[in-house]
Amino acid sequence: MLTRILSKVALALMVGLLAGCQGGVLDPKGQVGIEEKQLIIVATLLMLLVVIPVIFMTLYFAWKYREGRDEIYEPKWSHSTKIETIVWAIPVIIVIILGVITWKSTHALDPYKPLKSEKDHINVQVVSMNWKWLFIYPDLGIASVNELRFPANVPVAFKISSEGTMNSFFIPQLGSQIYSMAGMVTKLHLIANEPGTFKGISANYSGAGFTGMKFNAIATPTEADFDAWVEGVKAGSIPGAINNGILNQTSYESLAEYDPDPHHTHEPTPVQYYNSIESGVFMDNVMKFMKDHGKVELLKGTTFDSQMIHDNMSHGDMEHGEEMNHDEMNHESSEHSSDDMHTEAEK
Amino acid sequence: MSALLGKLSWDALPYDPIVIGTLCVVAIAGCVLAFLLIKHKLLGVLWNDWLTSVDHKKLGIMYIVLALVMLIRGFADAIMMRLQLALATSGDPGYLPPSHYDQIFTAHGVIMIIFMAMPFMIGLMNIVVPLQIGARDVAFPFLNNLSFWLAVSGAVLVNISLGLGEFAKTGWVAYPPLSGLEYSPGVGVDYYIWALQISGIGTTLTAVNFLATVFKMRTPGMKLMDMPIFTWTCTWANILIAASFPILTAVLAMLTLDRYLDFHFFTNDGGGNSMMYINLFWAWGHPEVYILVLPAFGIFSEIVSTFTGKRLFGYKSMVWATASISILGFIVWLHHFFTMGSSANVNAFFGVMTMIIAVPTGVKLFNWLFTMYRGRLRVTVPVLWTLGFMVTFTVGGMTGVLLAVPGANYVLHNSLFLIAHFHNTIIGGAVFGYLAGFAFWFPKAMGFHLNVKLGKAAFWCWLVGFFLAFMPLYVLGFLGMTRRLNHTDNPDWNIWLYIALVGALVILAGIICQFLQLYVSFRDRAQNLDTTGDPWNGHTLEWSTASPPQYYNFAELPVVSDIDAFTDMKEKGTAYVRKESYAPIHMPKNTKAGIIIGALITAFGFAMIWHIWWLAIVGLVGSIVTFIARAYTSDVDYYVQPDEIAQIENEHLDNVAKG
Repeated sequence: MLTRILSKVALALMVGLLAGCQGGVLDPKGQVGIEEKQLIIVATLLMLLVVIPVIFMTLYFAWKYREGRDEIYEPKWSHSTKIETIVWAIPVIIVIILGVITWKSTHALDPYKPLKSEKDHINVQVVSMNWKWLFIYPDLGIASVNELRFPANVPVAFKISSEGTMNSFFIPQLGSQIYSMAGMVTKLHLIANEPGTFKGISANYSGAGFTGMKFNAIATPTEADFDAWVEGVKAGSIPGAINNGILNQTSYESLAEYDPDPHHTHEPTPVQYYNSIESGVFMDNVMKFMKDHGKVELLKGTTFDSQMIHDNMSHGDMEHGEEMNHDEMNHESSEHSSDDMHTEAEK
Repeated sequence: MSALLGKLSWDALPYDPIVIGTLCVVAIAGCVLAFLLIKHKLLGVLWNDWLTSVDHKKLGIMYIVLALVMLIRGFADAIMMRLQLALATSGDPGYLPPSHYDQIFTAHGVIMIIFMAMPFMIGLMNIVVPLQIGARDVAFPFLNNLSFWLAVSGAVLVNISLGLGEFAKTGWVAYPPLSGLEYSPGVGVDYYIWALQISGIGTTLTAVNFLATVFKMRTPGMKLMDMPIFTWTCTWANILIAASFPILTAVLAMLTLDRYLDFHFFTNDGGGNSMMYINLFWAWGHPEVYILVLPAFGIFSEIVSTFTGKRLFGYKSMVWATASISILGFIVWLHHFFTMGSSANVNAFFGVMTMIIAVPTGVKLFNWLFTMYRGRLRVTVPVLWTLGFMVTFTVGGMTGVLLAVPGANYVLHNSLFLIAHFHNTIIGGAVFGYLAGFAFWFPKAMGFHLNVKLGKAAFWCWLVGFFLAFMPLYVLGFLGMTRRLNHTDNPDWNIWLYIALVGALVILAGIICQFLQLYVSFRDRAQNLDTTGDPWNGHTLEWSTASPPQYYNFAELPVVSDIDAFTDMKEKGTAYVRKESYAPIHMPKNTKAGIIIGALITAFGFAMIWHIWWLAIVGLVGSIVTFIARAYTSDVDYYVQPDEIAQIENEHLDNVAKG
């Protein structure tokens, strides 16, 4: 009776799983996600080769050798080199196969690795704030809050940081997620294989308003559509849109402000656009935690200080030694005491 | 902020009706309990025979009582979360705002791991390990009592947070910068820090104590490779504790410095880096899950070999498999944050190391299977838990290996798939193991049997409830639902959230059966006494004692020559031999020092949380002075006289002969 109920539940789960996976990681719309789905399926099938026999043998042996049946009984039998060799060998073989798959797939799916494509990457700088997402398009001179737009079939290169707490930048249907951390830049490369609106979330709890940290990732059907949107944002001509003007340090800071009272309701931040950006606003806000150690005034200008900066840099953007945007890094450098640091970072 | 009360003020009192209601129920229950104790004149017994006891068996029972009490608290949190998520769909905010809900999921994790699973495991270890190795107590009996009171101290602090102030709203991992002063200025994280710090030190002391015990106090003839398998798994768990808990102590100390003295270990600015915390936390946190599950593996091994009436298949394989799990468990911590941006080589290395752990774990499963092979399996309650574990845990192991593949982890990390996975291994592995061990050793520890019907009912409710509650979470993970959401607005998720709530309610029925079983068994204990001390025809030395065991455990230290020492004695006819005379037995005296230090340390922790500096000094200095005073006391032991031993032993042997 119970087994029948259990098997029905299991069947319902299976059917539900196959039918109801719209919109999740098993319904990928981007190359990265598609490969990750295949990896999940292959790894699962491989493991089921051991898991199913073990579950079956557990139930079968328990039934066959239960008390009161006239089966062979060998109370002192406790060792068999043959069996022990086999029970060590089977998992070893499976793990070797899985290990090879893991090693290869981890390199193939490295989120830091640019995607192969005939088209150039679109660069997007992502900042998680309490509790919203800021997307800066450094090459296009615009920015948006809680809405990410890019053309389908064009790879997108994300540089991700945080204004405060740690979050995880994740669009389940496109594939990999990566943490966003203050004072550091992480990277992610994604592509949408077809147009559509995909849900984007923070996948790492970050405080009272975390649940509302959602955005739409919109893959436009063509590049022309995307360009039209960019022009619309620049001109402030998108109907119904909130246009905040220029994204500079002042407007960045006012965007980053939030209500820290946990007892208040934290409604999701509405979509808003910036029709121009002050170049370097992203890296300035990453580096502000490093410059003179952020808000803390200590050991200014000592050798220890610059060594620390150097060490901290290696966690961030320079880890993979990629190109740096010169404009972004050296803008108005004479006004900034961080000039030497930027130079250091470029080495 | 006043000098007398620190940050403590009227604002610290709760205003949430759910919390006030809970506190009222707890207050009423406390009054009823106090009334019953006074009415039955049990306060003296409680103090003299239990709270000040250094007897490992009594401390073990008290640990399990602590675990069961905290299970109620942790499970209440679980039901509240499931109810919130079942109600708060399609844009409904539900009944728990984030300010409360975020404390609940943090408290649930902390309580279930640190104050439910750990005390349960340490309780079983306390009761069984000294008996299994033929020792009369642990190496340092007072320290054992002190460890218990430090664990209680931590649990008390967590529970005080319910009524005064708040608990952390950070998740049980308390990652900075969220757990730093800037984003968590309240007392919640301080409650978290001091509760974990104090109980963690108790746990470290326990490990040291039990390592000394198994290495120095084994009965004559018992070589290391003759130790019962449960003792072996506990020993590896203790090695892990001794190696990993100091990391927790250090990382919490650094977070404390950040929060109290403006240090910058983990802050965004000042040269701090939160990634250090995350690495250190999991350098403790990953071994911690093996600390929980290895003793459970030992319990299953004992149960399978006892109830098949057979030797354990592949004892040496089992010991080495446990050893390799322990060692590998230390070099996989990075798999908790593949998504932090490490290079492909680093991620791939930690992924492959994690998978390798599946090999010794798989070997263990096969060895249990081949222990059943050609055995005579008696399907008792402990065996049901074991079979349930073998089926459930295999699934949990599989999803764990899947999460260890970085490419898969990039989309499954932090999703409900992850939640399903670790509940699958912690419930299906550790908790099923403890409940199996509870049913297995209960007659030994208490002297009477547990009600079988209610035991089976509890098992089936737990098993079915587990699958109903957590299989939907695997699906939700695939559907892209991340953890710690307060409310949802995706209609595809609703059905799974409802099923999960039903599952949690079925588990609730299982827990009720478990407590009902305790009540019924206690009520009917006179008819269900275990007079022989060997109710299951056991293999190992604990079954050679009476039930409950003589307080000195063994009148004469047994000499053993086989892994299944007691089976060997029964076969050779050397079990139950009446001795002509007995030598006096050296035993430790009870002490008040443990509970006094526990109370003072609780006051210290509380004072640190609320910045009541004078009380912190009183608590800390007081506990150190008490410890030193106890260290200089020479009146700590006594000898049990041969007449008394002969009387107790003869009574036991008469009972065995009758039984």
